[in-house]
Amino acid sequence: MRAVKRDQKTRIALTLNGRKLAAEAEPRLLLSDFLRHGLGATGTHVGCEHGVCGACTVLVDGVAVRSCLTLAVQAEGREVRTVESLAAPDGALNPLQAAFRDHHALQCGFCTPGILMSFTDFLARTPHPSEAQIREVLSGHLCRCTGYANIVEAIKEVASSSHAPRSEG
Amino acid sequence: MVSQATKTQRKEDASLLSGRGRYADDLPVPVGTLYAHVIRSPHAHAGIVRIDARRALAHDGVWTVLTGEDVRKLSDPFLAAVKTPVQQWSLAVERVRYVGEPVALVVAESRYVAEDAAELVEIEYAPLPAVIDPVAACAKSAPLLHPQAGTNEVSLREFRYGDTNAAFSRADRRIAMTTTFPRLSFTPIECYVVVAQHNAAENSYDVTANFQGPFSMHPVMARALRVPGPKLRLRIPPDSGGSFGIKLSVFPYIVLMALAAKITGRPVKWVEDRIEHLVAASSGPNRVTQIEAAVTNDGRVLALRLDQLEDYGAFLRAPMPGPLYRMQGAVTGAYDIANVDVINRAVLTNKMPASLIRGFGGPQLYLALERLMHQIAVELDLDPLEVIRRNLVPAQKFPYRAAAGALYDSGDYMRAVAIATGGGRLDELKRRRAAARVQGRRYGIGFAAIVEPAMSNMGYLSTLMSQEAREKAGPKSGAVSMATVNIDPLGAVTVTADVTVQGQSHETVLAEIVANALGLRPDDVEVTLEMDTAKDQWSIAAGTYSSRFASGTAVAAHMAAAQMREKLKAIAAKQLNVLPDDVELAGGKIRSRSNPDNALPFGRVAATSHWSPVLLPESMAPALSETAAWTPPELEPPSHDDRINTSLTYGFVFDMCGVEIDPVSYQVRVDRYVSMHDAGRILNATIADGQIRGSFAQGVAAALYEEFTYDEEGAFLTGTFADYLVPTVSEIPEVEILHYESPSPLTPLGAKGLAEGNCMSTPACIANAIADALGVADVALPATPRRIHALLERAGEAGER
Amino acid sequence: MKPRPFDYVQPDTVDEALALLAEHGDEARILAGGQSLIPMLNLRLIEAAVLIDISRIAELDTIRSDGGVLEVGAAVTQNKLLAWPNLARESALLAAGLPLVGHFQTRNKGTVCGSIAHADPSSELPLLLAMYAGEVVLRAQRGTRAVPAKDFHKDMLTTAREPDELIVAVRFPERPRERVAFREIARRHGDFAIIAVAAAAGANGAVTLGVGGMAGRPVTRAVAAHDAASAADAIGQWAEEIKGYDDLHASAAMRRDMFRKLAANVVAEVAQ
Ligand code: FES
Ligand code: FES
Repeated sequence: MRAVKRDQKTRIALTLNGRKLAAEAEPRLLLSDFLRHGLGATGTHVGCEHGVCGACTVLVDGVAVRSCLTLAVQAEGREVRTVESLAAPDGALNPLQAAFRDHHALQCGFCTPGILMSFTDFLARTPHPSEAQIREVLSGHLCRCTGYANIVEAIKEVASSSHAPRSEG
Repeated sequence: MVSQATKTQRKEDASLLSGRGRYADDLPVPVGTLYAHVIRSPHAHAGIVRIDARRALAHDGVWTVLTGEDVRKLSDPFLAAVKTPVQQWSLAVERVRYVGEPVALVVAESRYVAEDAAELVEIEYAPLPAVIDPVAACAKSAPLLHPQAGTNEVSLREFRYGDTNAAFSRADRRIAMTTTFPRLSFTPIECYVVVAQHNAAENSYDVTANFQGPFSMHPVMARALRVPGPKLRLRIPPDSGGSFGIKLSVFPYIVLMALAAKITGRPVKWVEDRIEHLVAASSGPNRVTQIEAAVTNDGRVLALRLDQLEDYGAFLRAPMPGPLYRMQGAVTGAYDIANVDVINRAVLTNKMPASLIRGFGGPQLYLALERLMHQIAVELDLDPLEVIRRNLVPAQKFPYRAAAGALYDSGDYMRAVAIATGGGRLDELKRRRAAARVQGRRYGIGFAAIVEPAMSNMGYLSTLMSQEAREKAGPKSGAVSMATVNIDPLGAVTVTADVTVQGQSHETVLAEIVANALGLRPDDVEVTLEMDTAKDQWSIAAGTYSSRFASGTAVAAHMAAAQMREKLKAIAAKQLNVLPDDVELAGGKIRSRSNPDNALPFGRVAATSHWSPVLLPESMAPALSETAAWTPPELEPPSHDDRINTSLTYGFVFDMCGVEIDPVSYQVRVDRYVSMHDAGRILNATIADGQIRGSFAQGVAAALYEEFTYDEEGAFLTGTFADYLVPTVSEIPEVEILHYESPSPLTPLGAKGLAEGNCMSTPACIANAIADALGVADVALPATPRRIHALLERAGEAGER
Repeated sequence: MKPRPFDYVQPDTVDEALALLAEHGDEARILAGGQSLIPMLNLRLIEAAVLIDISRIAELDTIRSDGGVLEVGAAVTQNKLLAWPNLARESALLAAGLPLVGHFQTRNKGTVCGSIAHADPSSELPLLLAMYAGEVVLRAQRGTRAVPAKDFHKDMLTTAREPDELIVAVRFPERPRERVAFREIARRHGDFAIIAVAAAAGANGAVTLGVGGMAGRPVTRAVAAHDAASAADAIGQWAEEIKGYDDLHASAAMRRDMFRKLAANVVAEVAQ
């Protein structure tokens, strides 16, 4: 049984984008803050901290979740994946990212990392979803810039092609 | 979607898609940085009796707690555009005037600790009566927000253009209505971020913030901090998570955090959270408009009278009351109406201060004007589209000087309307309405025809002063745009410009413009748009607002690139042994036009200037750095009779839509939406359509979803994203975008603004469609199910169907 | 918007969790999926001296179909239940209602039991539990009890759980071959519903109607559905009895009106 007192910092070890990392945190620290300010993975964004906007979405053990509604201590021993993991080491965009660029599916780009992570999970489970399914998953994200249409188009393109992304890795 | 634009790959995207953006909260902060949390008023109106921070100060990790008294000692009140005895500071002094107003600032070693300590600060308030409704706030008996001002109605001016009274007496009919435009914000997903440092040795400040401009606020901040401009170095990060006007209003927090840095001697960082953002960041102003038209029986409008009462909340912050005046010259919209009287009134109420927001005065004006055009049709039993057509500015009158002074540069409105309604589009809408109505469903069609101004005249706000006051204050006019093109020793081209970036694709567009002029590919051009007031070129007009990019900064970049091209031609001419006129830049080469084999690589010519300036043509300045500043002569100060050309370019938008009211949920569903844009020459089709779609979604949000709601006592009811309803993909209908291009003769690129149009047209268009569906005149926005239900209940129809 | 400090404990077994609850009682909060709890902590709307994280207790992360009853453990997420292979066949109404709970991303973490424990009057899972006349299994060191849905949900955000009790599972009696309908009205897709209405018709044709968002807790009732007019009468009368309530998004009168129409639709849908 793990027990951490309120003022006590505990070491949290996890795998972030394939690399084993650890840092200290109090029990109340949100995973979003831990990733951004503790581990320096600033690609994950924070837009509401109450679970509505979806900007903070990351994969924990392959599953898309709100990192603002997750405590850092809960990520102990888990595999966390963030947007920084999507492109190849040489910077080449993966098919989902490339589709976003090709369809002008982002403007300010602040909502984008969360959306990419949601669909990294969803397309791995449902490689060829219908447009209605895409919209259903996308409705878990707020974007203020694009009006969403181009995001739907980008995801449709990936969904209709053979290379839907995989969640492991 | 008819217009599938050709694909552009934006320069911005690779980083943003890989989590390598550099937003304000991503940047490293100096070692020793402290974190701030703002304590906010729970009252709409109250005296501050006592603030006791002792327990908070005793809390581990707390450095200081600032109050209004500290701020009053260390800074000066913010300058405002309207001279009143009202003083405004970065924290409430003596009194709070809206729920969410900053009252104290806790600075601690982390945000978590600062929030803990905030709960230990004891603040005693003496509640005062609040006033929320703008009309009630004008009453003599209303509680005063600022007793020293003697009134809540802090600005009032009347304007007469033409002979309105005569037109009204000769008209067949007078048709009037009152519209209210709601309070809302386009809430970017990234909130405010400020990191402030103070150097006590030099008494200088260095602040990084996701401020959007206009940089006319820089002197306001420096004055508040009691330092000359250069002692306030302001840096804007290269990426910002949306703004839509809202990130102007980070400025009081820039001053507040600067003061906190001065007091603690440490860098201080503040990241606004969503709750703070919704309750207090910024809002568009709500407006009550009484509008009346003098019309002939066949629907021709001879004159208009408008009484615009705009509610700015608790303070009139610079550059308010901008929205009341931004449309002033174009107050007659897309219509050829020679006579118009306007009363502009700005009132203060116990709500968060209103400020910049996409659309900026347009949505408020056009809701009134377009609802009135629809109502004219209803009352005269004419087709609403016919009433619009009969009044549109005719093509042969361009350039057209509108009654209140706007110079409409180009357009063919009738043509644009004909294209939009053609192709079977209007017929289809009518067919769908008829079919729905046969089945007893409530379906309506709406139209809106608007003029979309771009690149504001810096002098428009002086229209709110009398001619005598203007003469005393000195002339204000114009609007400067600046851009710089540099070339390095290997021929790499870099561009900087006076804009801030919040997703508008400026990098991509500037690279295209400059690459074009220099015979290069956009990939050969690096564009760096982070801003540093200590090192970059800027003027008070700098920043990203009022659609000034396409007609302003893009032009400056085009000019700077052309200057550079001429310089390179002259340098190359000497090396190629030809005359400069015979030199062209193409395909990465600089060559003789008559003998293309006589060519030099672009980089080689550039290198000459760096390595061998003596080889350059005589009388040529050696460095390969060209800056252009552009200000169009058409942006004159207001005339003695208050006519003002408020903007440089005027695009045209014509929208039509069909909506259906869901009989069970009372939700308005947009069935079809067509939006026709004449934005002059389109600089990049993909980006243009992206801007239009974003603006359309915000227009739909204003029409149907988003509103800052206060109860009668001033309590704020929409403080989370669960209550303040930003639409998701499920709520945004499809839009068919059409283009018609009438290049502006007033800008070298022929481009006009296009990113605000649907914020202005869509609320009005949807409201008209709802009016048509329900057969009612009184459509309040946002048209929520609750409001629609109430409308039908009043008509005794709620339970049926 | 950062939570107040709290102690964090992550028991490995139910017994450990029960011991912690016995010790801390009211002072403790159970963290399962956290999709309702953590927003309230972030907003500092609630206090929690101790957070007991049950999300890693393996024995709670199970779904069991046994003797015609579907038992869902306290750590089971909503999406995990949705993916349960026999769901559509044995528990069609659950399969119809679950996709309307929050969003894909929150269902990935939010638990079935957590949503039932939270007891929002318009949320889907309490209504589903009521429709199935299911029960909530509560365990404390002093013993285990199974509380029927109608007794578990008492009022808005109020349940029969005692401070030392842990919801270990909820049980939904399986109802194969049931005709079902689940509809809701929300301002935005995925929002808490203004009202949610469910109907189920068994093999004998008897129709049960249920509604969330009209009262402090979901309510159900058998309605005679043989002809539309008498069904409409019964629904209308019921609407007047439960009245509805006022909030930012809908008045009580509007709720009644929505209920009458939506209920008539779902009853017709399952009656045939
Ligand atoms: S920041 Fe987590 S959902 Fe908005
Ligand atoms: S691209 Fe700016 S919020 Fe989505």
